[in-house]
Amino acid sequence: MSSPQVSVGTSQTLAEKVWNAHVVQEGGGEGEAKRPDLIYIDLHLIHEVTSPQAFEGLRLAGRPLRRPDLTIATEDHNTPTLDIDKPIADLTSRTQIETLRTNCAEFGVRLHSLGDKEQGIVHVVGPQLGLTQPGVTVVCGDSHTSTHGAFGALAFGIGTSEVEHVMATQTLSLKPFKTMAINVEGALRPGVTSKDIILAVIAKIGTGGGQGYVLEYRGSAIRALSMEARMTICNMSIEAGARAGMVAPDQTTFDYLEGRPHAPQGEDWTAAVEYWKTLRTDDDAAFDAEVNINADELEPFVTWGTNPGQGVSLSRPVPAPEDFEDENARAACERALDYMGLTAGTPMKDIRVDTVFLGSCTNSRMEDLRTAADIIRGRQKDPDIRMIVVPGSARVRLEAEAEGLDQVFKDFGAEWRFAGCSMCLGMNPDQLAEGERCASTSNRNFEGRQGKGGRTHLVSPLVAAATAVRGTLSSPSDLDPIDGATAATAA
Amino acid sequence: MEKITTHTGVGVPLRQSDVDTDQIIPAVYLKRITRTGFDDALFARWRKDPEFVLNQEAYSAGSVLVAGPDFGTGSSREHAVWALKDYGFRAVLSSRFGDIFRGNSGKQGLVAAQVAQGDIELIWKELDNHPGTQVTVDLASRTVTCGSIVAPFQIDDYTRWRLMEGLDDIGLTLQQESSITAYEETRPGWKPRTLPAQYS
Repeated sequence: MSSPQVSVGTSQTLAEKVWNAHVVQEGGGEGEAKRPDLIYIDLHLIHEVTSPQAFEGLRLAGRPLRRPDLTIATEDHNTPTLDIDKPIADLTSRTQIETLRTNCAEFGVRLHSLGDKEQGIVHVVGPQLGLTQPGVTVVCGDSHTSTHGAFGALAFGIGTSEVEHVMATQTLSLKPFKTMAINVEGALRPGVTSKDIILAVIAKIGTGGGQGYVLEYRGSAIRALSMEARMTICNMSIEAGARAGMVAPDQTTFDYLEGRPHAPQGEDWTAAVEYWKTLRTDDDAAFDAEVNINADELEPFVTWGTNPGQGVSLSRPVPAPEDFEDENARAACERALDYMGLTAGTPMKDIRVDTVFLGSCTNSRMEDLRTAADIIRGRQKDPDIRMIVVPGSARVRLEAEAEGLDQVFKDFGAEWRFAGCSMCLGMNPDQLAEGERCASTSNRNFEGRQGKGGRTHLVSPLVAAATAVRGTLSSPSDLDPIDGATAATAA
Repeated sequence: MEKITTHTGVGVPLRQSDVDTDQIIPAVYLKRITRTGFDDALFARWRKDPEFVLNQEAYSAGSVLVAGPDFGTGSSREHAVWALKDYGFRAVLSSRFGDIFRGNSGKQGLVAAQVAQGDIELIWKELDNHPGTQVTVDLASRTVTCGSIVAPFQIDDYTRWRLMEGLDDIGLTLQQESSITAYEETRPGWKPRTLPAQYS
């Protein structure tokens, strides 16, 4: 990330600071001919899907896993969200999970298995344990590793060859990223969330707009967000083509971390915070690109198509191919409308859905569950809607139950499930049927992502909850008021 | 990894943008624990359509995929590269690739050649007019050739060098092990460790 034009000692962006603090060996060279730097990895997260071939590679080469103490594994992609005490019914899923267990035992990796209190989606587990900290480098064989950037960490997804490389060397050979500032100024209106910010960002810069960049989310609207809301934004950086997204750490970050199981303690805490406070983009540092978003103007956002850049404000109609100047975008719109079974010009709010999925590494944390529960408390679910609530981790599930949120969801008629990736990608039995339409708090609306022929609209937890009440894509402001007493509790 | 300097094979026009890795290989195929045997999973959902380009006789032996912009976006699954290679593809041309996909390709000896969209359109036309035409991807000169079309492509120097030398990344890095150990000695003690496990 150190630009060749900038000499040492001059101003740096947050991403450059974290990069430079992890250079084991500089690649050297200039411009296009610059060779990759060797970068140290502080934390390696592992799950069952992208690791078996990497472990096998180590075994074949007779190499040890270099730093088990910087490595942690969890089971999430394949795990069922019902009957978790029974053997996994799908044999190939069961084999993959069992392979992870054998591999972790053989190489000395800490594993949180199904049924364990710390099991859950890998990107929910790292932060809740306090392992994800400002200024660290985090990788995982999963593109949504960008989530951890919310702490001011440099965190990105890698392929299985790189997983094996990190296992063997605790490093990666990487070319510096470019930097892009996403300035979000202003205040979000009620009913508008960080999910709407990131969907608006992706619609603005496109699915390839962030390619080659680390995005730094900045501005008053970002500073005002909780850690969980920041994680939602950073999580979807990859949907804009960026491998990583970051937010500079601040008091909100420190407050979230303090007291977590793996957060530094005592003098270590003081030393760490002192360092973390230096992790901000210098005032006169330059980004390679900048994008401005006005938070005051944002409305609840929803996708209509088959990539996360195909989104509009919920108050708008489904766009038409003619609305796009670029020929490829026009063709993509046509194809998406056909797949999604939508007619251009239909108001988004007239679209009826079959299923509401509240979950995924994007929106399955306590705040997501609380805000959704606040909408549905005292209301009736549309009778034709199936709603599935999947907490991000076993711990989130327990905390939610301690607050009585499970009862709120059950009273409403939603299914309260065990933790995992679930219907975000349907590797377990939680899938959409052919043609089934879903309002989903997840991150990808690709063709067939949630099940073959399934149709996905990406939404915030608030829109998901309101949609479950009305049966059509809705925001909380579309709901009829409930009687005074209940409304007061809900607010 | 096998050395690769130049590859010539039948070009397959995939006239579509934003071909994400979920389309290249749907998640249900990711449960396997092997690194090979993914050829049946490539474009699994589209392969059921008889009109799909890979189902046309002229392209059945294709090994150079000529795709629209933003190929390989989305999920980090290296299975996408394994599936393309298992099917027989040795190179993919696109005006823009998903970052992780491009990195994974370089590790597995699949050439991800970045070609200007204008040139992609010319190659598409040539392939449509003469199905079965061969495309040559030459790393030494960084050009693709299809009929009378000769177009430059971009690939970063380091990946190109590794592909041409067939080098194993981990082996290369382990030559720098003393630097890694030296770096580890400078890491502050308060940096997070997963072991011993702490619980809330």
